[in-house]
Amino acid sequence: LRLIYTTTAVQRKNVGASGPEKYTEAFIKKQIEEFNLGKRHLANMMGEDPETFTQEDIDRAIAYLFPSGLFDKQARPMMKHPTEIFPEQRKIQWGEDGRPFHFLFYTGKQSYYSLMHETYEKLLNVQKYQDQVTAQGLPLQKEKRNLAGSRWLTKIELEEMLLEKLSDDDYSRFIQLLQKLVALPCADTEEKYIQKFSKEVPVQLQKVVIEPLQYDERGVAFSTGEGKRKTARATAVVYDNGSGKITVNGIDILHYFPVLQDREQLLFPFQFLDRIGKHDMVCTVSGGGRSAQAGAIRLASAKALRSFVTEKEVELMRQAGLLTVDPRVKERKKPGQEGPRRKFTWKKR
Amino acid sequence: DDKLLSEPLNHPDFFNVKELFTLKDLFDARVHLGHKKGCRHRFMEPYIFGCRLDQDIIDLDQTMQHLQLALNFTAHVAYRKGIILFVSRKRQFCHLVERTARECGEYAHTRYWQGGLLTNAHVQFGAGVRLPDLLIFLSSLNNIFEPHVAIRDAAKMNIPTVGVVDTNCNPCLITYPIPGNDDSPAAVELYCKLFRMTIIRAKDKRRQSEAIEELR
Repeated sequence: LRLIYTTTAVQRKNVGASGPEKYTEAFIKKQIEEFNLGKRHLANMMGEDPETFTQEDIDRAIAYLFPSGLFDKQARPMMKHPTEIFPEQRKIQWGEDGRPFHFLFYTGKQSYYSLMHETYEKLLNVQKYQDQVTAQGLPLQKEKRNLAGSRWLTKIELEEMLLEKLSDDDYSRFIQLLQKLVALPCADTEEKYIQKFSKEVPVQLQKVVIEPLQYDERGVAFSTGEGKRKTARATAVVYDNGSGKITVNGIDILHYFPVLQDREQLLFPFQFLDRIGKHDMVCTVSGGGRSAQAGAIRLASAKALRSFVTEKEVELMRQAGLLTVDPRVKERKKPGQEGPRRKFTWKKR
Repeated sequence: DDKLLSEPLNHPDFFNVKELFTLKDLFDARVHLGHKKGCRHRFMEPYIFGCRLDQDIIDLDQTMQHLQLALNFTAHVAYRKGIILFVSRKRQFCHLVERTARECGEYAHTRYWQGGLLTNAHVQFGAGVRLPDLLIFLSSLNNIFEPHVAIRDAAKMNIPTVGVVDTNCNPCLITYPIPGNDDSPAAVELYCKLFRMTIIRAKDKRRQSEAIEELR
């Protein structure tokens, strides 16, 4: 059993050095040729053009020719480019005369320590530049970097970048060094280097696009929203200049939801925004039970109301939990138990 | 090829390392300053000139001799294309030592020393590793003021060592000890400069000799 589909970071030893036949360059080249040949054969088999046969077509063809009912997607038959399957291995680190290529080879973790060495060098350069600037008497630039919009690379991403296993201590030391570098006033000179290790984190709100208001024939503004809860799916259309009438599947809410709790759920978004008597709503809902349908309509109406309201109020709604989909669903029954949690009656004898 | 290798061994100072430093240079770089009397190691007593206000002063004449022997040895090792490993566990000079090693074209290890690096190299690195032929210690103690593990490991693997020993260090297992200060930045910069110059000089001489041989 040969472990192929793993990352180098998981294997502690340098597998590339110990197994000369497994991952040599010649071996991988052969694999790539076989892959390309196989791709053309597959395209001929499926009756498609071998030149324009993309990876998605390959995946679909393999799923059609070798149907598998296995649960784990990674256990099913797959045909991918060898560079994706065989992880990047480190080749032999020394030349013919035995001298290693990297000057930190004998430390064991050469890429990590060379990274620390480089970063420390940048730190010293920034300090030197700072001293020069203060010697000339010019004021130091103090442009604060946008800390909220970026994050450092995670340990796994760093491991993949260096092709070496790191410990938690090593990783935290590297991050501390980077933070020290960023904290200096003249760190702008090394912006490019720092950007290699930081990633943009889009603020939650920026991802969600709030749709603009639409206008129907009478000139009344309206907007739609969709919501779900358990198995219920609902769509709501909220009209402006209304009197607070709410219709569900063509039926008035008093008749559709006899229980007070459900009606309260429907009114909550409007009550939160102080717009109880100002909007009309027409909704359609299917699936689920009484309470699930009420929750689904609540989410749909909150989403629709985003178009009528300022961004600050949208943020308030999000923090109140009106715009989050409730993730709770019915838990499955497990074998050996009577229900999701209930075990069979325990008999002493 | 035989002549290339045997010729330097006939001269006592083939690479003329004596001219690289003077006693005044050593004094200006504060190499003679040792630790306090309480930190003195018993085996360092022969190298200590005296004690002033409780601070030990290292005998610079002996330092000169030892330094000359050590530099001569490193030059010979570099001439014969040996692998040189700079070791130092002083956090202050870690960057300087690594930079020196990189400029020489040799290797450095100023980080945490993993247990089996020299003794278990075939398991840790791979099958055909070549171990260093010379270890240079710019500080022979580690961060807990104990002798560095590499001294003992090099002795086990028959690798010669050159090391700067301060008044609180044990010079026993080091083949070419250099009694001197290892804490001041000026002293360590001087050592780095001297080692760098000897190694570059030896490598240049080797290249010249090979070029002359090829021309014949």
